[in-house]
Amino acid sequence: MADEPSKEKSLEIDYTIPKKSWMEPSTEFRKGTYCYPAASRHEKYLELPHPREWQPTDEDWKLPEDWREVILRGMEDRLNRYRSYRLFLDICVRCGACADKCHFFIGSGDPKNMPVLRAELLRSIYRKYFTLSGKVFGKLAGARELTEEVVKEWFSYFYQCTECRRCSVFCPYGIDTCEITMMARELLNLVGLNINWILEPAANCYRTGNHLGIPPHAFKSTVDFAVDELQEITGVKVEVPINRKGAEILFISPSADYFASPHWYTFLGYLLLFHEIGLDYTWSTYASEGGNFGLFHSAELAKRLNAKIYSEAKRLGVKWILGGECGHMWRVIHQYMDTFNGPADFLEEPVSPITGTRFDHARSTKMVHICEFTADLMMNNKLRLDPSRNRKWKVTYHDSCNTARGMGLFEEPRYILRNVCQEFYEMPENTIKEKTFCCGSGSGLGADENMETRLRGGFPRANAVRYVHEKFGVNLLTCICAIDRATLPPLLEYWVPGVEVAGVHELVGNALVLRGEKERTTNLRGEPLDSTISPSPSSGERAG
Amino acid sequence: MFKTKRFWVSNFGFRASNLQGFKIMGLWYSVSAILLLTFLVVIGIEGMGLVSFFTIFIPYAALFLFVVGFLYRVLKWATSPVPFHIPTVSGQQRSLSWIKADNIDSPYTTGGVVKRLALDILLFRPLLKNEKVEMQAPQRLLFKPSVLLWFGAMAFHWSFLVILLRHLRFFLEPVPSTIVILQRVDSIFQGLIPVIYITDIIILVALGYLFVRRIIYPQVRYISLSSDYFVLLLILGIVLSGVLMRLIYKVDLVQVKEWAMAMLRLRPVAPKEVNLLFYIHLFFISLLVAYFPLSKLMHMPGIFLSPTRNLTNTSRNQRHINPWDYPVKTHTYEEYEEEFRDSMKEVGLPIEKG
Repeated sequence: MADEPSKEKSLEIDYTIPKKSWMEPSTEFRKGTYCYPAASRHEKYLELPHPREWQPTDEDWKLPEDWREVILRGMEDRLNRYRSYRLFLDICVRCGACADKCHFFIGSGDPKNMPVLRAELLRSIYRKYFTLSGKVFGKLAGARELTEEVVKEWFSYFYQCTECRRCSVFCPYGIDTCEITMMARELLNLVGLNINWILEPAANCYRTGNHLGIPPHAFKSTVDFAVDELQEITGVKVEVPINRKGAEILFISPSADYFASPHWYTFLGYLLLFHEIGLDYTWSTYASEGGNFGLFHSAELAKRLNAKIYSEAKRLGVKWILGGECGHMWRVIHQYMDTFNGPADFLEEPVSPITGTRFDHARSTKMVHICEFTADLMMNNKLRLDPSRNRKWKVTYHDSCNTARGMGLFEEPRYILRNVCQEFYEMPENTIKEKTFCCGSGSGLGADENMETRLRGGFPRANAVRYVHEKFGVNLLTCICAIDRATLPPLLEYWVPGVEVAGVHELVGNALVLRGEKERTTNLRGEPLDSTISPSPSSGERAG
Repeated sequence: MFKTKRFWVSNFGFRASNLQGFKIMGLWYSVSAILLLTFLVVIGIEGMGLVSFFTIFIPYAALFLFVVGFLYRVLKWATSPVPFHIPTVSGQQRSLSWIKADNIDSPYTTGGVVKRLALDILLFRPLLKNEKVEMQAPQRLLFKPSVLLWFGAMAFHWSFLVILLRHLRFFLEPVPSTIVILQRVDSIFQGLIPVIYITDIIILVALGYLFVRRIIYPQVRYISLSSDYFVLLLILGIVLSGVLMRLIYKVDLVQVKEWAMAMLRLRPVAPKEVNLLFYIHLFFISLLVAYFPLSKLMHMPGIFLSPTRNLTNTSRNQRHINPWDYPVKTHTYEEYEEEFRDSMKEVGLPIEKG
């Protein structure tokens, strides 16, 4: 990219407050800061309203004639369907506690990236058309007219929020900007304003079962390739069942795991683990995606994509479902799936076939996170591990927003890491667990064209990585999110060179001692076990 | 930790340059409104003798608006569905038996939710977690605990509550001993006559802080609306008129209590010859009460209903029902196989048909 920020011309962060009031819409679309609009063919394929070709930089966005009524009706409808929307629009006191909790605000200094003001962009319209004080007192009560400029501003700022929910932790009322952003994006969709990085993966997923649009035969050859690669590294030939009826467990991971880098090595890790414990499981090509870009678009699209998981589990006749390393996938599975597409009464309560552990916290959903599964294996000494095979890595762990604030999955991955690597260091406590910072590219913002926004949003995370890099020599950031694995490498390359990114199960795969394996001379990346860091592999960045 | 580092710019701190040429239209509107309202009551009482209007009609009307408005808003929220189970989890989930789960920040029992809400509502726990982010050149962040807002908010709300309870002595006969004790405790540290209540001082300082921070912190100033200043000024007016009545311009408390008891018995009698400050005090309270349901002050009941805080983190072992759930169009396996059958066959993947 020509004007990508470089080391020489580093990003400046200016916290100066603009002169004009926030009520005047900001509609500047500078190259490098916004995402491209969705190609209309994807909107048509998904049968979404008002498909058309347009550009944010155009003067005329070709909004449908009745756009104002459509948006206001959409708002009213959602106010009646979501307590969160109505409540969060009503009760904010503008105390400002959320302001410097947002990675986009910290990295950009733009006051409209303060969660409170991001919400006010929507709240001001709500007041004008739906509240008495707004109708009577107007501007004094923070109400403003819904104009085309306001819609443009929404498109700008609600696609500068990664729905990470960090602000919600610090809000005295738990106001969740994610809910606000979800509502705004649904409203934008009603008048045909979407971004391509969300709708292309969603359309792909709808058709082929995964975001990358990988057809079943390509999936099969990818798996074959992985089997060969693993045989080369370990001397063991693993079995990888696909679409096998009657398996005990259906395994679903983000599609990036089997197509992108460094996700690939996590994929290899899964395959080794399942082989070693002799798991009776299967992959599916129809449900070959755990991730759900529908969540970043609308509840309806999220439900449409998510439906495949249960429906495939039913078709294949499995007992329960195991899920791979992915962030927002787990937000959907943990907080939405059972509501969307349950009850999964055709499945059984998950029990580990290896340890007999009953996962009764997943009794209803019948889906277990692979870190829960693996941590249980390790606790019960079912795995032979050689952490020295990860000796080149000084490891830290990045909680992804969704597994942290959407689930509370904190200790399981850490327990695994402590078992499979020799040196593990936590980042500062203000930046981990429930206070974790987003990669800056989640919720469908991990495109190339908005690299500046991504680098700014990722700055707080990278800054904490830099701290452990300088203090302890950390050279590997582990995470359990496919979007993280896709988007953090370029981010770290910019802010803190010398730190690579890996999934937790990549390290499991390295450390796992297989029955009948040959002596390992390389890790799953094909690098000598002792070598210093090699340049990071460059390949597709799309996440699952 | 970052904590030892120093900084060159504080994005949330006070910077004098930010005050230069600043205009806060919202603030001036609010100040004018408060002055106008004061003027109104002075004219009304002194000039026009509308004592009954200000001491009987307005308070009743305000109370009516409050009750109706408050119930309307709360019922509106309470009857809005919660389609999805969306707690903001802030602690370890309950999963494997040997991992210690956090029943407060990731509650898995109703008791846990109650504790979480109680800590949030009574102690403002999220604000206690507040931390200030500052930037240190070149491009380094520092996180500093920042409890001033928590302190100010606690001081304000708790002293407000105590003052409110103290006022019950005007509405109850005989005055319950708890109220008397509360009043004594509140004035315990001094032998001054007239008594100065500790909470009066605390609330004034707290209000002052909450007001000043809206002006001196550039970001907070930027987000503040007229209504934010207005509420603070209105409460400040109430507190000041109250304190002045107690300390300097004494009000005939017997008259006031008789008026209050008569209002309660619904046989209202206007008080006679009390200080003008009393009318201002009462008028401002009436305004606050009437304005309450229209405003952000509704955060008070709202927090109880916040779905990110009042739900258990148990969405995988208990199904949450969406009351307005509707069927959606999906891409079925059959449609999928139809499109890819040949290539699936070619690579030996099992298929349903043919």
